[in-house]
Amino acid sequence: MIRDAALVAGKDLRLEWRSRVGLGQVLPFALLCVLLFAFALDPDRGVLQRATGGLFWMVVLFAGVLVVQRSFSVEGEDGVLDALRLSGLSPASIYLGKVAAIAAQLLVLEAVLLVAVAVLYDTTLRGWVLLMGTVVLATLGIAGAGATYGVVGLRLRGAETLLPLLLLPLLAPVLIGATAAFDVALGRSAGPGWPWAAMLGIFAVVYLSLGALLFRPLMEDM
Amino acid sequence: MNETAYIVAAWLGTFGSVAAYAAWIIRRGRRASEVVAEQDRRWM
Amino acid sequence: MTIDGTLSPSGADAPGRSTAPGSTSSRATRVLGWTSLVGIAALVVFGLWITPPDAQLGETIRILYMHVPTVSAAYVAFIITAVGSIAYLWKRSEFWDLLAASSAEIGVLFFALTIFNGMLWGRITWGVFWRWEPRLTTTTVLFLTYLGYLAVRRIPTSARTRGTVSAVIGILAVVNIPITHKAVDWWRGLHQEKTIFGTVDPEMQGTQLFTAYLGLTVFLVLFAWLLIHRFRLAWLTERAQERSLDEAIAERRAEGSAS
Repeated sequence: MIRDAALVAGKDLRLEWRSRVGLGQVLPFALLCVLLFAFALDPDRGVLQRATGGLFWMVVLFAGVLVVQRSFSVEGEDGVLDALRLSGLSPASIYLGKVAAIAAQLLVLEAVLLVAVAVLYDTTLRGWVLLMGTVVLATLGIAGAGATYGVVGLRLRGAETLLPLLLLPLLAPVLIGATAAFDVALGRSAGPGWPWAAMLGIFAVVYLSLGALLFRPLMEDM
Repeated sequence: MNETAYIVAAWLGTFGSVAAYAAWIIRRGRRASEVVAEQDRRWM
Repeated sequence: MTIDGTLSPSGADAPGRSTAPGSTSSRATRVLGWTSLVGIAALVVFGLWITPPDAQLGETIRILYMHVPTVSAAYVAFIITAVGSIAYLWKRSEFWDLLAASSAEIGVLFFALTIFNGMLWGRITWGVFWRWEPRLTTTTVLFLTYLGYLAVRRIPTSARTRGTVSAVIGILAVVNIPITHKAVDWWRGLHQEKTIFGTVDPEMQGTQLFTAYLGLTVFLVLFAWLLIHRFRLAWLTERAQERSLDEAIAERRAEGSAS
């Protein structure tokens, strides 16, 4: 199953690399958001610095919606998902492959964004263990829920505009947890950060298992 | 007192909305059942 | 379709007892309807006149007589949506799909009323309509989640696709309820403030306790009444759509043979 998932993920990432949509469109959009927040919140009063965690994750969520949309619109165009289904891969492994591909793209995005906020918002990055743990767990949660909703968007023509409404309320706990953990790691708030990371972990496990289970009915009715 | 106004607003708003919603579905139900054959709407 | 129970019509059921043509009501709904009307009248009398103001909450407890039942009924509605969603993926019968959808719509209405009541309560208690009180915040996030569910159902597609997609969303949404609760609670953990439920005396007694339970019962009966009507409307809508589709096909055929 893991090999099948790797196959799907590899295919997606190759496609992505060739089209350069992620690098050419989503990443610049994320950087644009970082810039726009500075215009919205006076950069001279330390608001950006204090809100770095929250702004970072807001940008990740918005960009994440685009990544999810992109990852499934590719399938729709060429009927690739049909081919995958007919190729005998189990729905769960296709799902996990999609998740892996989305997560990989998000991780690249987050790495660039971290550098961007460190430079532009004058935020010193520290608490690396918590910082990295949060990034990994939150990304898995976003990708896990995102891949399920991505296929929903693919199934329904005209649901593209609906994806943010469906996905973002579901990801509200991720935004809360990841922001709080970042605030602890960056020294903005006291208190242990691991309960937040644990919450992100639980979210990821729950939505990954649900997604793997529910992908089969979603695929069957293509 | 001012409190009373808010309390009355809460009660009126709640039951008013439920009544409006109920009226809406019952009216739509009447209209829909006009076009549907009898054997499709024999309730109980 | 043995699971259709009493909500949906089945030809074998005593045809003689069919009710007035052209409505979604039956004897069961009339009983439920009158019960809720009487209950609402009683609730108004008890909630607004008979019960004394609360020792801590004062008159604002009268809003909680509405607020607590609406939010409870909404959660019942979303649990029914989840059960219907799971059963739909399992049995693939129209009944479960329509039940899940009908229940979600009423749940969204009750959530909207909960938020409305909560804001009026906040205006009296805090002096402002909105504070990031955990329960109110959670309710709003979940309200938006289920608005998404209803929006998905409005996208035109085949009944099977709509059923599958909305069942998946119904399941994901219900799982999100406890997670959102926990997350929002922790998020507001540092800012202790008067919460809506926190201030209700757990040892509430006498007429106050009676009114609280009366409210809960009345809203559950009201919910059942609304649910049956809404389900039957959904059922009729499906039939009407099939019919207009059949007619369109027949018309096409007629055109084809005429030319």
